[in-house]
Amino acid sequence: MATIDVARRRAPASLLAASLAVTARRLGEVWAEIRRSPTALVGLGILIFFVAIALFAPLLAHYPPLARVSESCNPICPGSPPSSQFPLGTSSRNADIYSEVIWGTQISLFVGILSAIVASVVGTTVGLISGFAGGWIDEVVMRFNDIVLSIPWLVLMIIVAALIGTIDVAGLILVIGLTGWSLTARVIRAQVLSVKERMFVERARMIGSSNLHLLWRHIFPNAFPLIFANTILTVAVSILSESVLAFLGLSTPDHVSWGKIISEAYENHAILNGNALWIVVPGLCIVVLVFGFYLFGYALDEILNPRLRRR
Amino acid sequence: MSLPLLEVRDLVVEFATRRGTVHAVGGASFELEEGESLGLAGESGCGKTTTALSLMRLLPQNGRIVSGSIRFQGRDLATAAEASLRRVRWRQISIVFQGAMNSLNPVHRIGKQIMEPILQHEHVEPKEARARATELLELVGLPARRIDEFPHEFSGGMRQRVMIAMALACRPKLVIADEPVTALDVMIQAQILDLLERLQRELGLSMIFISHDLSVLAETCDHVAIMYAGKMMELGRTVDVFTDPKHPYTQGLVGAFPDVRGPRVMPASIPGLVPSLISPPSGCVFHPRCKFAFDRCARAEPALSEISGDRRTACFLYPEVTEVPQRPLEATTP
Repeated sequence: MATIDVARRRAPASLLAASLAVTARRLGEVWAEIRRSPTALVGLGILIFFVAIALFAPLLAHYPPLARVSESCNPICPGSPPSSQFPLGTSSRNADIYSEVIWGTQISLFVGILSAIVASVVGTTVGLISGFAGGWIDEVVMRFNDIVLSIPWLVLMIIVAALIGTIDVAGLILVIGLTGWSLTARVIRAQVLSVKERMFVERARMIGSSNLHLLWRHIFPNAFPLIFANTILTVAVSILSESVLAFLGLSTPDHVSWGKIISEAYENHAILNGNALWIVVPGLCIVVLVFGFYLFGYALDEILNPRLRRR
Repeated sequence: MSLPLLEVRDLVVEFATRRGTVHAVGGASFELEEGESLGLAGESGCGKTTTALSLMRLLPQNGRIVSGSIRFQGRDLATAAEASLRRVRWRQISIVFQGAMNSLNPVHRIGKQIMEPILQHEHVEPKEARARATELLELVGLPARRIDEFPHEFSGGMRQRVMIAMALACRPKLVIADEPVTALDVMIQAQILDLLERLQRELGLSMIFISHDLSVLAETCDHVAIMYAGKMMELGRTVDVFTDPKHPYTQGLVGAFPDVRGPRVMPASIPGLVPSLISPPSGCVFHPRCKFAFDRCARAEPALSEISGDRRTACFLYPEVTEVPQRPLEATTP
């Protein structure tokens, strides 16, 4: 009896240790691949840089978000060019542009990542079901997807944003996420179509596994690397979408974002007024961050997707 | 004599395809006693795997059993309800799949994959299933400590051992081994065959071996059935069939294998090609390629008949062989 007890108690512990060890080894392998890929390293470097800015925004920013430098010229101010006190000058709202860019990093990353997750969850679910079910379900879902794809995404976003009305951050995330899943669904469906023809799926089916079990346990894990890499690429698109929406005035009133800063700069003829940095710096931030996500996403795709792996 | 474990009678399997109905298996009959092994031999696409999958009613969607019976322990699986089939699958009859390299999911640890059929078919705790998986690994000659490794960490032969462990997971009575050693090198082939033989002996399993490699079957099976274009050509004890083949097709098949000890001659091949299974030739399916064919062969189909004790063949060269009562062919769209 005593020996059985010992065996019982030790078994789960060793099981846990074993699975942790295996997971750690796999992560170790992926990390080794990342270190060998300059593309991935550059991309990761950019991402870490912006994530650090977002995390340490309270320390880096000189003023709290949406704060005015002074109340001297309410509501419209002439704005000021860059100076030692305001590295990027002040805006027509009399806000410190440098601080706005710093705070904008937070909202751009947050909205970008969360809406990419929304898009990925929806796209993956649609892709998995469509690819696995096949037949008329696949046909109906994919034709619907074609319709969504053929509507210009920007128009669709504006319509959805207008329907939702006053938009908050959650609304923004939903709008961007729910208009951005079509391509993901296509990619995942294609992967499912290929995975489901593989022998081990047939084997699992013959063992007597249910469809849900096949989909969740056998097909999803094999599509996961692609889903992951695809999500990172979607983040880039989402950040761009957020900027475009903000530039067009469809953004949250109580947050600063890069798109909104550019929009304000544009409305106030920043370049004519001698403050090009007002428009250039947030613009560069968008470009570089999106570029970072693309680099890292493509590199990860290459590392995690066995078919692209060069050996 | 008691009832055989498995008795297949006139099994007919067809596939509906765009180009027409494929007559994949046209009247297979054989039986298997408990603890015995039967080999199914023949060229690719002659219906070996289809026959085997029919036994568990695991045909692809477009395939169906048209007629015939599959009596397993007295129950007809050809007509049994899906629910009762689930009780038979894996717990009574299981399969070692063709192509071990691809039959394991690359993202799951092998222990988990061996546990899958246990958890699917029996109400046991995961912990107990895992203990059984450990035992199974040892049974097939793999160290139990490798239970948490991934398929890519195993060699081809070891993966085939994992597949065998998976087939044995629910303690079946009958194991179907579909080309169990085809993709393996010769040394590993011998090891796997030894393992299968040992397991069969120790566990008292009945086995059906499917292979196009006659030497594999010669080594492992008590009886062999030779199939050609979906029909059973000859059936008998392995030694008899290979040393004294009766059917011209069997003679050709045996002649096509080089003999290591014999003189260095090119093995003879059978001229011609396997016929289309959508529109098979009239009469005996083999007659267009048969050097002994005479007019009756093109007109009538020979039945699989006993020509001596424990020996059956479907060829008019043997006087005891009668004609198959013709089943009216369904109208096939051109």
